[in-house]
Amino acid sequence: MAAPLVEVKNIKKYFPVKKGVLGRKRSFIKAVDDVSFTINKGETLGLVGESGCGKSTTGRLIMSLLELTEGQIYFEGNQISNLTNNQIRNTRENFQMIFQDPYASLNPRMKIRDIINEPLIIHGYNKGDRMNRITELLEIVGLSAYHADRYPHQFSGGQRQRIGIARALAINPKLIIADEPVSALDVSIQSQILNLLKDLQKSFNLTYLFIAHDLSVVEHISDRVGVMYLGKIVEIADKETLYKNGQHPYTKALLSAVPIPDPKLKRERIILNGDIPSPANPPSGCTFHTRCPLATEICKQEVPKLRQIGEGHSVSCHLV
Amino acid sequence: MTEKMLEITNLKTYFHGDDGVVKAVDGVTITVNKGETVGVVGESGCGKSVTSLSVMRLLHDTPGEIVDGSITFEGKSLLDLSEKEMRMIRGNEIAMIFQEPMTSLNPVYKIGKQLEEVIKLHLHYDKKEARNHAVNMLKLVGLPRAEDVVNEYPHQLSGGMRQRVMIAMAMACNPKLLIADEPTTALDVTIQAQILDLMRKLRDESERSIMLITHDLGVVAEMCDRVVVMYAGEVVEEADVLSIFENPKHPYTKGLLGSVPKLGQDLEKLDSIPGNVPTPANMPKGCKFAPRCEFAMDVCWKKDPSLLATNGNHTCRCWLYQDQEKILEV
Repeated sequence: MAAPLVEVKNIKKYFPVKKGVLGRKRSFIKAVDDVSFTINKGETLGLVGESGCGKSTTGRLIMSLLELTEGQIYFEGNQISNLTNNQIRNTRENFQMIFQDPYASLNPRMKIRDIINEPLIIHGYNKGDRMNRITELLEIVGLSAYHADRYPHQFSGGQRQRIGIARALAINPKLIIADEPVSALDVSIQSQILNLLKDLQKSFNLTYLFIAHDLSVVEHISDRVGVMYLGKIVEIADKETLYKNGQHPYTKALLSAVPIPDPKLKRERIILNGDIPSPANPPSGCTFHTRCPLATEICKQEVPKLRQIGEGHSVSCHLV
Repeated sequence: MTEKMLEITNLKTYFHGDDGVVKAVDGVTITVNKGETVGVVGESGCGKSVTSLSVMRLLHDTPGEIVDGSITFEGKSLLDLSEKEMRMIRGNEIAMIFQEPMTSLNPVYKIGKQLEEVIKLHLHYDKKEARNHAVNMLKLVGLPRAEDVVNEYPHQLSGGMRQRVMIAMAMACNPKLLIADEPTTALDVTIQAQILDLMRKLRDESERSIMLITHDLGVVAEMCDRVVVMYAGEVVEEADVLSIFENPKHPYTKGLLGSVPKLGQDLEKLDSIPGNVPTPANMPKGCKFAPRCEFAMDVCWKKDPSLLATNGNHTCRCWLYQDQEKILEV
């Protein structure tokens, strides 16, 4: 079996919070707490979860935009989590990111040409190639060459997201980390971008880490899906297994909570009580036990381990 | 016999900007019957929120102005009321839930004070009664530790809890009509499920009417009896919820339904509507959807079609369903 493109091993990211007089007392927000997974070449791994579950932090850790507290990240078998900043910059030609907010992630003072040009300069393309590449990229994402001389404010949200995608594609990366790429867009534009991402994956043999909160979107685009809750992966499996035969009570509740655009469908809905606990003060044992309809004594005391229960299907729950 | 609660007829709300007039709402007619939930669906900029603000007459701080049309609530014309009379209706008979629970509560007042303000104004309770009523309302919407929450500030609550407070506030005077503008958009899925469940419960307990403004077709399918689809300031289709989802007529409605990935449905490609929503500055001359429509004919570029009944209560604004003679006239 081929080695996975990305391997994430027991990564942790704790953000310190200062408390007390003179900020001497320190506590931690455990944004990502012992997460491991792999992404194979050419596939799309979806990460879903509600706000504050650590899905975006995980993406940023793989991009090395944040420093790991603990753990290792391997890209094509080489560890990238112990590199210096300069070395990281060179490896970034292999992985690029698409951001959530197309309004905030493009510099308003730069022309589209310069925005797409920047990664090309950094990674040493010569000038003639760069201009050709920019035209080519704009056409790949469904814009035209004359758009290059415009500024971001002259574009709609969907077009800006296309520019963000062109910038990410510029240096032929192997992995693209897309952090909520369609959640800021209108429904009719959302499907254009999703179709574009799928087409690009086929043409350029891209690998995606697709981070989103919308379960229907993630199901549409992913091959495998990981569900996160309070900094941990609670269940990970291939798409069919997870959506048809999800085992973790949180996965089940999450799936049953999604409103489906079909008025005839009447479903038995699992409604969870309460809110997501604060990651600064997570519950003991299984972090989900405060909202879990099935919680027992052991859930309050012992942290469940992520165990494999089937081919590529792992769950962290005492009751499964 | 169904009783009409709210009747919006040919409403036109225009905004006067530096670059001329923006027709945010251009001839919208919507009726909400007693006990009925009507969904208003559309993408950003289609005028759905401006319609609701017009009903509440909350446009006086904006460059917006209602230039034509009428809004009738239980037989009273809302546009003819004085500001003082309108204030007695707002919050009391028609209440509104806004999208952003973060920004629609005042950050410097405690939750209890903000709730009691509405209660004292409309129900004329004294301080103690108002406090009791406030706590009861918070309990009704399922907020844990209601007695403590009244003494807390908005920033101490989570998004879901704040939205519950907003619903408690809207429900405090037992309004006959509730206008909910994207009530769950800012919330996580499991919290959204809680809030929708709560709204359904509150609706079924008394014969309350709800006008639910949203872009989420899943929410519409679950909550609404009737659906109004808006595009670029106009109603393009209206029907009961089953007809909209099973037999949509307007190409825009069809495109919208095809654009949404559904759980459990494995498609290689989603249908999508090409192009973008037109900006008010370059609004197409004929049918506003023509530039994005795959069925656009010559006539579509010349004249905007009228909203016609295709069968029974199903209406649609599209030349594909109009009389041939009328098309020839143009």
